[in-house]
Amino acid sequence: MTVGFVMLVHTALHRAEQVARHWATHGCPVVIHVDRRVKKENYQPFVDSLSDLDNVVFSKRHACDWGTWSLVAASQDASELMLSRFPEARHVYLSSGSCLPLRPVEDLKQYLAARPMTNFIESVTTEDVPWTVGGLDAERFTLRFPFSWKKQRRLFDKYVAFQRKIGYRRKIPDGLVPHLGSQWWCLTRQTLSAILEDPERKTYDAYFKRVWIPDESYYQTLVRIYSNNIESRSLTLSKFDYQGKPHIFYDDHLQLLRRSDCFVARKMWPKAERLYATFLNTDVNPMKGAEPNPGKIDRIFSKAVERRVMGREGLYMQSRLPSHGKGHGKTSAPYSIFEGFTDLFEDFDLWLTRAVGARVHGHLFAPERAEFSGGQKLFSGAQSDHAALRDYNPLGFLTSLIWNTRGERQCFMFGPRDNQAISWLVATDPNAQISVITGAWAVTLFRSNRSFTEIRREAARLQKIEAEHIEILRSQHVKARVRIWTMADFIESQMEPLQAIIDEIGPRNVRRLTEAPRMRDLTGFSQFLQNLKNQGMKPHLMGDFPVGSEPDTHPRERKRPYLVK
Amino acid sequence: MRLRRKRALWQAFRARHELSLIQDNTGRIRPDDLLLVCTLRNERVRLPYFLQYYRDMGVSHFLFIDNDSDDGSRDFLLGQDDVSIWHTTASYRKSLFGVHWMNWIARKYCHDHWMLTVDVDEFLVFPFCDTRPIPALTDWLDNSGIRSFSAMLIDMYPKGPVDGQPYLEGQNPFEIAEWFDSGNYMISINPEYYNLWIQGGPRARLFFNDDPYNAPSLNKIPLVKWHRDYAYMQSTHMLLPRGLNYVYETEGGEKASGALLHAKFLSTFVQKTEEELQRRQHYAGSREYLAYHDRLKDDPELWCNWSEKYINWRQLEILGLMSKGNWA
Repeated sequence: MTVGFVMLVHTALHRAEQVARHWATHGCPVVIHVDRRVKKENYQPFVDSLSDLDNVVFSKRHACDWGTWSLVAASQDASELMLSRFPEARHVYLSSGSCLPLRPVEDLKQYLAARPMTNFIESVTTEDVPWTVGGLDAERFTLRFPFSWKKQRRLFDKYVAFQRKIGYRRKIPDGLVPHLGSQWWCLTRQTLSAILEDPERKTYDAYFKRVWIPDESYYQTLVRIYSNNIESRSLTLSKFDYQGKPHIFYDDHLQLLRRSDCFVARKMWPKAERLYATFLNTDVNPMKGAEPNPGKIDRIFSKAVERRVMGREGLYMQSRLPSHGKGHGKTSAPYSIFEGFTDLFEDFDLWLTRAVGARVHGHLFAPERAEFSGGQKLFSGAQSDHAALRDYNPLGFLTSLIWNTRGERQCFMFGPRDNQAISWLVATDPNAQISVITGAWAVTLFRSNRSFTEIRREAARLQKIEAEHIEILRSQHVKARVRIWTMADFIESQMEPLQAIIDEIGPRNVRRLTEAPRMRDLTGFSQFLQNLKNQGMKPHLMGDFPVGSEPDTHPRERKRPYLVK
Repeated sequence: MRLRRKRALWQAFRARHELSLIQDNTGRIRPDDLLLVCTLRNERVRLPYFLQYYRDMGVSHFLFIDNDSDDGSRDFLLGQDDVSIWHTTASYRKSLFGVHWMNWIARKYCHDHWMLTVDVDEFLVFPFCDTRPIPALTDWLDNSGIRSFSAMLIDMYPKGPVDGQPYLEGQNPFEIAEWFDSGNYMISINPEYYNLWIQGGPRARLFFNDDPYNAPSLNKIPLVKWHRDYAYMQSTHMLLPRGLNYVYETEGGEKASGALLHAKFLSTFVQKTEEELQRRQHYAGSREYLAYHDRLKDDPELWCNWSEKYINWRQLEILGLMSKGNWA
């Protein structure tokens, strides 16, 4: 007793010959179906090359098109030939010309001999199938498909839509429950002959001729009638990508295929010399008697599909450029923006570096240059601090920076003097943590020794810019974590807001802040604001600073709360 | 767009007179062969490694357009079985920097072939290129119904002065120029032709930092399943019909892509710059070469301490400069 192979071949005939020879010389009869489209000058040498083997025969040729009945017809004819010609075949294994056995034939024979009545065929009801192409599952069985999906896609889609609209449904023959599954099966002689010799076969064939992709449903459905002993899985390892096309194996998959423990895999790249040389070498038996376990390969291919469909978050490159609102993230990692803090505090960046252990930049979007941390002229990824380069594509500058520094949190300062182009990007980016002390830029103006008219003009300009920026941060589209204080409010309670920001940045920072950043001297600031007002400007972003009462710049001594556990 | 394409094809047709076929091995081209088209001028010292690299990668036939070399490039190529050569003395600039010539050769010989269009200093890397040849890639692209494959240009440079280490014939140029910029590229979409416009790298950083708009384009689509009605429009930056330029995914996923390692900044560069400034045959009045010339006189170091040392394609993949897409 042995297993017979039915091979459907249409390209790479020399590889098919190798594999057929391998099986035949190991005592497995082989029936080969060659697509009628293969030219005679290729077909004849192929037949001749196998003529020395008496257990290799060729079946009647059909012209095969993907997704059509011709594939089933080809396998029916070949299977009938197998059953009548080789009575020693207890199982019949349907394979293709690009299949390659991964384990010794003897292994497979023993495996099947131990399960003489089992049919290995993936067969699942349409409700449970997640992998159908074109969104058609149950409808494969109830609609008509006169047009080719590959060549006449538009007609195909239109006709499907039309049938849906008028509610057309084909009748499914009695006793059939539609099942789907991989077209590569291994059936027992008993079951296969029952399918092929059924008195109702004509009815079934007539029905399935009009079903879409019948090679994935004909045997899968009929087997349910004749056998209860079904292992619903394919012995052939075959992975499909998101378009329903089979993944191809190359030489570098050798170790992976070895560890997959599957009996047969498809499909092989015909020029994968090492794969063919290794697996057709009979002396090698990488896995002895182990259960097939293709899980390891699964992971690689499902990752590939995920990369094609989702991609890496926050990456913008030559083959991934999510348009507005597409893709699942605007940047690749969380980052923090501080607005107004450097105006209000002395050496805020140094303090922040100590407090959170992140990378703290100055004003990355300052008009003079990008103030990278430590005053560097270039930063990660060789990004330049040149303002012209940065302003040529400010959004790209930021997303690249975040991408280039994956693994290290970035913090940077921002303010109304800076290039505002990134406002919408950061406001709608869930990765952004934005903390704003509005009006704090006035402190810097207050401390500058420019002429008052100049200051007055600059203050009006900055206030306008910041007001627009704040409006964006308060819009309903905001996805960033935004905190906004007026300067007056912030001075009231310095430590609590700082603690909240720091806690959010680093969960490692469980310690309370022991040291507050030093606030700049604000003596005379209220008067300064009043002067601006007197000049006809209305500085409103700072909050309320009544003249005469100087703001309290010393962080109040906080009492540690006593925790009772 | 259709008219523009027709015009490009007509210009290519007219440019055929400028080319004289001096070695014809095109009869050896078999139906599924991968073809390489290359325009060159005075690249004798680079040719041996170039041919070896692409032969190992599975290129079956080379179609060279020699723009009147006088350094023996032509003699070197004569007599090689898998090389066909056209010679021209016409103006590089007037042929739209070789595009007309290239389109003509492509139309005549590359129909229904995968065609790789590169310069002598451009070396294609793509996912799995250490274990799979280019035909593995093109077979997969065919299988997936993809007609064009993107590979952005990555400028490679040595540590130290550009001419610090002489490039020797047959040598792998990336033994010398082994550094690159990993993350300073700027991308936008050309709304007219749908192609990407990528600028950046060391050239933008050093030579065009006050004028980024004019920094050289780095986007390239060098590998195309050619059809006689296709036409390159500007070097290999963009093609018509426009669908071929659509090599990027806009829904969030990643398409497969590669990179062209650019071995421009070698010891040969300084001399080349002088020569090109004499000829003035390059794009936009050779402003690129003018910029190089100005900078290279005083400070010929492109390397910085954020430069990345080239290891392999996987490194480029991880850095996000190219992608495996759904090829596994």
